[in-house]
Amino acid sequence: MNLDFLEFEQPIAELQAKIEELRRVGSNAELNLGDEIEDLQQKSDDLTRSIFSKLDAWQISQLARHPQRPYTLDYVERLFTDFQELHGDRAFAEDAAIVAGLARLDGRPVVVIGHQKGRNTREKVERSFGMPRPEGYRKALRIMRMAEKFRLPILTFIDTPGAYPGIGAEERGQSEAIARNLFEMARLKTPIICTVIGEGGSGGALAIGVGDSVLMLQYSTYSVISPEGCASILWKSAKKAADAAEAMGITSGRLKALELIEQVIEEPLGGAHRDVDETARRVKRVLLSELKRLYRLDPESLIARRYDRLMAYGKYREGEE
Amino acid sequence: MSWFKKLIPSRIRTEGGSRRSVPEGLWTKCPKCEAVLYRAELERSVEVCPKCGHHIRQSARRRLNQFLDPEPRTEIGGELMPIDVLKFKDSKRYRDRLVQAQRKTGENDALVVMGGRVKGVPLVAAAFEFGFMGGSMGAVVGERFVRGINEAVDKKIPLVCFAASGGARMQEALISLMQLAKTSAALARLNECGLPFVSVLTDPTMGGVSASLGMLGDVNIAEPNALIGFAGPRVIEQTVKETLPEGFQRSEFLLEHGAIDMIVDRREMRDRIASLLTMLTQQPAP
Repeated sequence: MNLDFLEFEQPIAELQAKIEELRRVGSNAELNLGDEIEDLQQKSDDLTRSIFSKLDAWQISQLARHPQRPYTLDYVERLFTDFQELHGDRAFAEDAAIVAGLARLDGRPVVVIGHQKGRNTREKVERSFGMPRPEGYRKALRIMRMAEKFRLPILTFIDTPGAYPGIGAEERGQSEAIARNLFEMARLKTPIICTVIGEGGSGGALAIGVGDSVLMLQYSTYSVISPEGCASILWKSAKKAADAAEAMGITSGRLKALELIEQVIEEPLGGAHRDVDETARRVKRVLLSELKRLYRLDPESLIARRYDRLMAYGKYREGEE
Repeated sequence: MSWFKKLIPSRIRTEGGSRRSVPEGLWTKCPKCEAVLYRAELERSVEVCPKCGHHIRQSARRRLNQFLDPEPRTEIGGELMPIDVLKFKDSKRYRDRLVQAQRKTGENDALVVMGGRVKGVPLVAAAFEFGFMGGSMGAVVGERFVRGINEAVDKKIPLVCFAASGGARMQEALISLMQLAKTSAALARLNECGLPFVSVLTDPTMGGVSASLGMLGDVNIAEPNALIGFAGPRVIEQTVKETLPEGFQRSEFLLEHGAIDMIVDRREMRDRIASLLTMLTQQPAP
């Protein structure tokens, strides 16, 4: 099994292996296998298109957590110039599960905040798998307040399994840290655009996810609890994660239909990790157009609009019993 | 069975199986110290065990009933009914769970909001119904909370909320997560209007409710020995792979770590809150 491919992608992996084989043979012998390779590549693309046209929610959540999926810093590198990372909550610690800083987007200064997962084992541990502690959220809030002070727009990138569940995190007020961000972000007098790039895991995601526009990459997910967590509580078995993923409707398409997010950013064929540069270009295009729209609003109408959006979340029936 | 228990007719004898809830009847047993208590006496002590001081979990309506002055009272948002937007089904359908919870509690969702007075001080008071799907927050809970805030803003009066909840309601998926943002944003508005919010955390207040409206009080109060936190103790135990310290995530632990302002005995709740509210709004003492 090719580990660069997920289980449901294995037929594609087999075709790709064949293509690699032909390439090797072609370069050794003086054979011209160009046509054959092109043919197989076409087949592989068609197969990918066909598999990806009918992904279920569980497959999409695997893509959202793909080990090669681009993380916040991969986008920072491609979207911005002059990135300067800012550290620490000024009270207790630095939390590397959230990165934050100043950067320029097409020359214009902005504040960037995002969850950051690690690539290798050491970095994964250092960044605690992208699960922030209270300090991470407090650092984010400190820098968001600075953004407001200097009238810089805030761009957040969401990619976390959730807030870190630990003894220290509870002792230092994980609940309060998340709640405070929700409270403050609702009123910050500067444009906020939130993009879910991978896993949008519950309160830990929402704590940097309140804004004027919420975008999702096509194969990212956003949910109140992980499919495994939901399955183990409601189905009494984590093995029912696929059912839970389906039932909760955690995919960009369903969440757009429910009017819980503003826009879906389509990913390149096979997912963001197959062409990170192209994904970044698409994200940048949408961010620039959203910013242009939001810049037109004065702070008061911006906040009024944000408030109305938040108040519209959730449907209910009004009637007598 | 003790000689005393044998004296009680079997139809009102309470057994260990119903430790959590308070069964109707003449006699009841404290779930903590197991003292047999006279029901009327327990009600007089607002369901705090007179023997050991244990705070028994209360229904939302009973709590508001005891907390508010008898007159005037108007319920806010009671006409809002939950709907199953996602057609959610696990081992049971969400719709069936709703009907079941409605039958069990007599409420149509997990939050009751009322306009009223405490010792003459006008306010809006909200209370979570833990018996309704674990007091979980979905669209109706969020909307009722917001309508309570709107009423407080219109009348320029304070808000008090008694939380008792396992967190966001999974059956409403992301809609329920967004209620964290919705209720917190509405509290930010209340805050901007210079109106006080007193948050009372009761047993248990976990997850999304703790990580939104629960922790956002100008004054955060907890009842004694209530379980309060973000991640559930079992989840933390599985993550850190060590046993949790004694009293972890209990009110006393939160007070020690600076998360709450005070622990208040339920029997003093009315006096203490009325006093706080009059000071915060620069009114004479109640």
